[in-house]
Amino acid sequence: MKDPYETLGVKRSAADKEIKDAFKKLARQFHPDLHPGDKEAEAKFKDISAANDLLKDPEKRRRFDAGEIDASGAERPQERYYRDFADGPSYAPHATQDGFANNEELEEFLARAFRGGARSRGDFQARGQDVNYELPVGLLDVANGATKTITLPDGKTLQVTIPEGAEDRQMLRLKGQGMPGFGGGPAGDAYVEIHVEPHAFFQRKDDNIHVEVPVTLKEAMLGAQIEVPTIGGPVVATVPKGSNTGTTLRLRDRGIRNRKTGQRGHQYINLKVVLPTTEEPELAAFLETWQPKTQQNPRKEMLP
Amino acid sequence: MMHVDDLLAAISTLQRGDIEAWIREGLVTPQQEAGTLHFTDMQCARVRLICTLHYELEIETETLPTVLSLLDQLYDTRQRLLSLTAAVAAQDKTVQAAILAALEINGPA
Repeated sequence: MKDPYETLGVKRSAADKEIKDAFKKLARQFHPDLHPGDKEAEAKFKDISAANDLLKDPEKRRRFDAGEIDASGAERPQERYYRDFADGPSYAPHATQDGFANNEELEEFLARAFRGGARSRGDFQARGQDVNYELPVGLLDVANGATKTITLPDGKTLQVTIPEGAEDRQMLRLKGQGMPGFGGGPAGDAYVEIHVEPHAFFQRKDDNIHVEVPVTLKEAMLGAQIEVPTIGGPVVATVPKGSNTGTTLRLRDRGIRNRKTGQRGHQYINLKVVLPTTEEPELAAFLETWQPKTQQNPRKEMLP
Repeated sequence: MMHVDDLLAAISTLQRGDIEAWIREGLVTPQQEAGTLHFTDMQCARVRLICTLHYELEIETETLPTVLSLLDQLYDTRQRLLSLTAAVAAQDKTVQAAILAALEINGPA
């Protein structure tokens, strides 16, 4: 029989309240009915109860302290726990079939199935909490994929890999990057929600990229090879002769790669003709004398 | 089989008013025969458990039904799990191995 003070984890000078609290805490932890399937719980609880029975009684405690009785003097009669019925073979119709003589063998099988299986008490494990973050990223980050670093409130940093083609509001799960687990339990997960910030000139529609590109009057009238931005860097595009504001060019496969199909979208270029911003006297002089082959009224449809 | 008086005698902490209330609330359900209540061994053990929860762990009267309901669910789930395990154990080795392998894949990391 162990020393009852040791069993309850209290000092010999402990007040009644401390003994009571220590017992309550341990009883919650080890009461066999609260831990069916845990074979150790019953033996531990028996020790705890016996220690409590002795120490909660001032007379018995005095006699124990004085060495008049030993710890076993307070031992309880064997009682049958509720779990012996609710969890026992007499209650379980399956217990004797299939060569499994008792629940213990079934527990063993379960333990194999769940690797490690039933854990002993005092070895409490729990998974850590999940945490949520929002991560603002640029359009080019999701267009091309990127690695971002989040700095957590506790100073820790988290590397987040933005997959190519990720969508706005897409949730990324970083396994095991949440709060740490308890008692060796696994850490929780970190969930990172991607917020794609608007780009200065690229606009995303599904897998396609739309961009408005200014061209000069001369480029539009006569046609030209011009350099245009794409999400993968500048490329040369052909402006056909006689282009206008609103003319759309398509650059095949210059859009965003679809995460599922692997197919790239396209880039659509919306041309916008801009007039010279500086004085062009020759152009002005030419227009003064210019007689259009066809009279044009672009506001025709707007007026009665 | 025990009567209320036997229980009161066997469990020194148990109060008559309490066990009557627990019976009224259906926390323990003894059979009634000729105006006398009979407790099976299992029901006696359940009364002991309720006594421990209430008198020693100081779980309050209002909270007791919740705790017991959760415990009942735990035992019920264990029964089902053990039945399921027994059913798996009755299969031949290749089926058992396949189930264990599937648990490895989908089970706890």
